[in-house]
Amino acid sequence: MPEQLREISYVDAGVEALREEMQRDSTIVYIGQGIGPRGGNFRQTRGLCPEFGEERLRDTGICELGATGVAIGAAMAGSRAIVDEVFLDFSLEAMTQIIQQAANICYSSNGKIRAPVLVRSAMGSVRNAGPHHSHCFYGWFASTPGLKVVTPATPYDVKGLLKSSLREECPVIFIEHKALYNSKEMIPEGEYLIPLGEARIHREGRDITLVGISKMVHIALEAAAALEKEGISAEVIDPRTIVPLDRARIAASIKKTGRIAVIDEAPAMCGFAGEVVALACEECFDALDSPPLRICSLPIPSPFSPVLESQVIPTAERVVKEVRKLMEN
Amino acid sequence: MDKKLALTLYQKMLQLREFELKVQELYRRGLLPGFVHLYVGEEAVAVGVCANLQPTDLVYSTHRGHGHALAKGVPGREVMAELWGKSTSSSGGRGGSMHMYAPEYGFMGTNGIVGAGIPLATGAALSAQLRKSGQVVVAFFGDGAVNSGSFHEGLNFGAVWNLPVVYVCENNLYATEMAFRRATKNTSVQSRAAAYKLPGVEVDGSDVVAIHAAARAAIEQARSGGGPTLIEAKTYRFVGHHEGDPGTSYRTREEVEEWKGRCPIKSLRNKLLQDGGVSLESVEQVEREVHEWLDEAVQFARESPEPEASTVYDHIYS
Repeated sequence: MPEQLREISYVDAGVEALREEMQRDSTIVYIGQGIGPRGGNFRQTRGLCPEFGEERLRDTGICELGATGVAIGAAMAGSRAIVDEVFLDFSLEAMTQIIQQAANICYSSNGKIRAPVLVRSAMGSVRNAGPHHSHCFYGWFASTPGLKVVTPATPYDVKGLLKSSLREECPVIFIEHKALYNSKEMIPEGEYLIPLGEARIHREGRDITLVGISKMVHIALEAAAALEKEGISAEVIDPRTIVPLDRARIAASIKKTGRIAVIDEAPAMCGFAGEVVALACEECFDALDSPPLRICSLPIPSPFSPVLESQVIPTAERVVKEVRKLMEN
Repeated sequence: MDKKLALTLYQKMLQLREFELKVQELYRRGLLPGFVHLYVGEEAVAVGVCANLQPTDLVYSTHRGHGHALAKGVPGREVMAELWGKSTSSSGGRGGSMHMYAPEYGFMGTNGIVGAGIPLATGAALSAQLRKSGQVVVAFFGDGAVNSGSFHEGLNFGAVWNLPVVYVCENNLYATEMAFRRATKNTSVQSRAAAYKLPGVEVDGSDVVAIHAAARAAIEQARSGGGPTLIEAKTYRFVGHHEGDPGTSYRTREEVEEWKGRCPIKSLRNKLLQDGGVSLESVEQVEREVHEWLDEAVQFARESPEPEASTVYDHIYS
């Protein structure tokens, strides 16, 4: 019998994952600003406080450094903690605790202390929020050994990945995209998990592999649909987690299509796109029919003006244009 | 003064002192890698506080943390082996002086980042409260930490959530070479407790019996649900900030000598002999035992194997 499906939004998929895991694991405590009775700035904890109480949904003032340190300390001592930075930008206040304490503790303690903490936040440009509320610096976390970095693109992935992340014994950086919170997808009625490190192939193709994460998956899909009309068949892959990275599935796709473009909402310098391009060169060099392509946000602070902001982030039009040019060569 | 307790405190402080002087010697001979920050002169604080803790209670320490580890009950041989980068210590040589962990003894780590242990200890106390474990958590930190955001945010959380944590500031008057009076206008650390509606206590950091009493009250209060206390122990390091710093370019020799005159170990020894009713023979017996303990620790660490190079990737992710 086929499994029952139902439609759910990206933000509600997260709430559902949290509810299921908090029911399952009584050691989970959720710490952050506005996540209690208010239900979260993005409604990302809506309905949880009435069910689990303020003991386990700990509202805080605006103090990310302290809140994150507290969450890590709780995780070191026998709880499982979630700390919600709300905006990814605000996690900078807490960076020393994430990088210097959480990421190192398991290794430095010879595996004796674990810090099962999940650092949750929302990234990306939406509605001209400007430079303090738009950043996409998943790459900084991904370059730190000891952290896992999860960047879901769809409601199905949010639920399955958040549930798996809450069963990891190491720190997980879980980054949602603000612009995706209202997007919808059909998901199974029952419980499911998605292992970290498994890419999702959204669309099969023959001529080029488009790799993107988070909102850029949707840009890639939009571009692939347009390219199809021009006779270019693009395969779209979402690694879903940057660490661990599903190198095998990405490499297999590149070897099949012979071309690779990475679409990245972060600037190119030392970033995710460069990492995937390196993978292509290291593992698929002989299979490449053209140089790997990076399509990234422009290397400038996020401008406020809608006209200027629209220039910064990769669009489907830009992807189509750059891929077309690549295919012509 | 309880004679038996006093003799135990004397023995423990002497262990910390002799251990650090041995580390200094080994480091100067080039046998220990990395950097070391020695606890010489501050022994009364760690010993007085930790004597009140249960094995399952937790301690978060600092970059000057060998003394905290020993006082919490981590065996000297394991601490020494870690400083030597050997495989037989609790952290297996992966951490070293400033990243040394022994959770099996309730020792949750030294720390290379000033102030970082304060929120961590506060979080561990939140976990203890949620799990109803009955544990108390102690955060040690220096005066160098109290002008940081970690101090403010950590104490604020401890207070507002009424957590079972005790904040112990070892005010040794200098953060690296920076005099506390030059770093802040309010040089009373305990007075800052009022900002978070916590009790603040100032105690003579050279008087182990006074520290023991102040810590006992704070720990009992925390354990019984009465929330945190901020203890400020006025203390002094007889040595430089790190081994290699003579510690005299920013402190006068007179000041250093004056504090050495208040040595917590010598003071207690004199008290024990003069009016504590303890015989010289008992004190010397303790001193012999400490030296034997130290010799054994050094021998163990020296003879311990290095970690296998092939284990370099182990434990990055649990």
